[in-house]
Amino acid sequence: MSDFFCSQNLVGGYGGENILNDCSVSVNKGEISVIVGPNGAGKSTAMKAMLGMLQLSEGKVFLDGKNISNLSPQDRVASGISFVPQTMNIFNELTVKENLEMGAYLRDDDLSETFEEMYSLFPILDEKKEQLAGELSGGQRQQVAVGRALMTRPNVLMLDEPTAGVSPVVMDELFDKIIDIKKTGVAIIIVEQNAKQALNIADYGYVLVAGKNKFTGKGSELLNDTEVRKAFLGG
Amino acid sequence: MENYDLINALILLSNFVIVPALSYGSQLALAALGITLVYAVLRFSNFAHGDLMAFGTMIAILITWLFQSWGITAGVLPTALIALPFAMGLTAAFCLITDKIVYKFYREQKSQPVVFMIVSVGVMFIMNAIVRFIIGPKDRTFFDGEKFIIKAVEFKAYTGLSEGLSIKSTQVLTIVIALITMVILFYFLQKTKMGKSMRAYSNNEDLALLSGINPNKVVMITWIIVGMLATIAGVLYGLDKSFKPFTYFQLLLPMFAAAIVGGIGNPLGAVAGGYIIAFSEVMLTYAYKKFFMYLLPSNLEPSGLMQFLSTDYKFAISFIILVIVLVIRPTGLFRGKTL
Repeated sequence: MSDFFCSQNLVGGYGGENILNDCSVSVNKGEISVIVGPNGAGKSTAMKAMLGMLQLSEGKVFLDGKNISNLSPQDRVASGISFVPQTMNIFNELTVKENLEMGAYLRDDDLSETFEEMYSLFPILDEKKEQLAGELSGGQRQQVAVGRALMTRPNVLMLDEPTAGVSPVVMDELFDKIIDIKKTGVAIIIVEQNAKQALNIADYGYVLVAGKNKFTGKGSELLNDTEVRKAFLGG
Repeated sequence: MENYDLINALILLSNFVIVPALSYGSQLALAALGITLVYAVLRFSNFAHGDLMAFGTMIAILITWLFQSWGITAGVLPTALIALPFAMGLTAAFCLITDKIVYKFYREQKSQPVVFMIVSVGVMFIMNAIVRFIIGPKDRTFFDGEKFIIKAVEFKAYTGLSEGLSIKSTQVLTIVIALITMVILFYFLQKTKMGKSMRAYSNNEDLALLSGINPNKVVMITWIIVGMLATIAGVLYGLDKSFKPFTYFQLLLPMFAAAIVGGIGNPLGAVAGGYIIAFSEVMLTYAYKKFFMYLLPSNLEPSGLMQFLSTDYKFAISFIILVIVLVIRPTGLFRGKTL
């Protein structure tokens, strides 16, 4: 496979029964891949497996052609993969600025340029940089969370349901930001409940069912596929 | 001198309540900071903290004796102050060794906090035994240098008041050193990358790991700070009063009360809690008879001692405050759990 970041035929779970049964996801620089599917399909699990947070019995993960299947999550973060968990994705007792600083913990170089980039991408963070992150609204917190993950200047950004629990307006705003981030050349993988909207911005879509790739294709193709529409997008 | 009654009463109060409570409060605050740091970062209640203080103080005393035998003293200041940095270093090392041979195992097992707490009780007994084995259970005074900054007799002679104010050098030293320590600690936690990563780790461990923060380093730095804080607190207490291993074990109750009243896990809370406990203890056990004699006309002179509780019950005060806080506001005055 020539994809920048990809997983092949993942099988595994958290002990006991397997959650992933032959699941493959990949993404290229400057593209967005979206994982959708019904509840319990193993969408988030697939993402966590790619970060190394899961014991895999089969399957491999490649970054830029290198097999990283045996690296710990910390080492994968250090090699340029950032992850935004669905919940508890900010340091709520730290200020917004400190959150971003902690995102860049592994970097020893000058951060001022990256801070400028973050503040121009998320102007609200500049405004509230001295405020505790826990005091912000839901949408603003998500921006802190994504900002923190971007501080390492990653090649790959993985977002686990970034729009969960935010209003539709904020959701559109977040998707716009994600497209802005993609344009900087970052490879983005998103797990989403809001399948329609997510496939709209996706270059590539993966529909998982029971831990298995059911449908794979370009975002627009999946949106127009009658079978996918019927089963997952509500007609 | 009728007109000076109010001043006399205030000096009496400063002498027996305010100054002693401030210095005792500073000692408690430093001790509670250690407890709170362990709780926030390592997520357990460290019952060995009192005996860790005793250990640190013992090391300081041994080094003080060594220096004295070499003829090194600090002049008007206690020799123990020169010994303090060495003792802090050794106690920090002792903490790291304890962590390596005891706590690390349970951390790798991902044990419950209650398991850690029980383990800390075990560590407490071991530390207790080590201290008694090396220096013995006896009461020891290791203070030298100038004892008073202001002597009561001189104060009386100088001001002509009937009440004398005496301020011990150890009281001033305690307050000054505690303040410097707290400023450095808060600066470290708020402004340095390492301090911020400790707060981040304490706030959200998983996200800290995802951000590349090294948990082993955080734990190591925490123990080093805790060891140093415990030594400072122990030495200041020992200089001000005296060193006796059992007394340090008994301090565990007011120390925990201080940490919990302020909101365990919150450093600012630990400091506030230290002073609250100290002032309550001193104010409620002080006999106010003489104080009222200055303030009230002689026909209203109180017949009793005007003391709420005998000093024998001073630990009961910490205990009562602890219970009240846990019933009414379990999170403490400040929100707890995070640095």
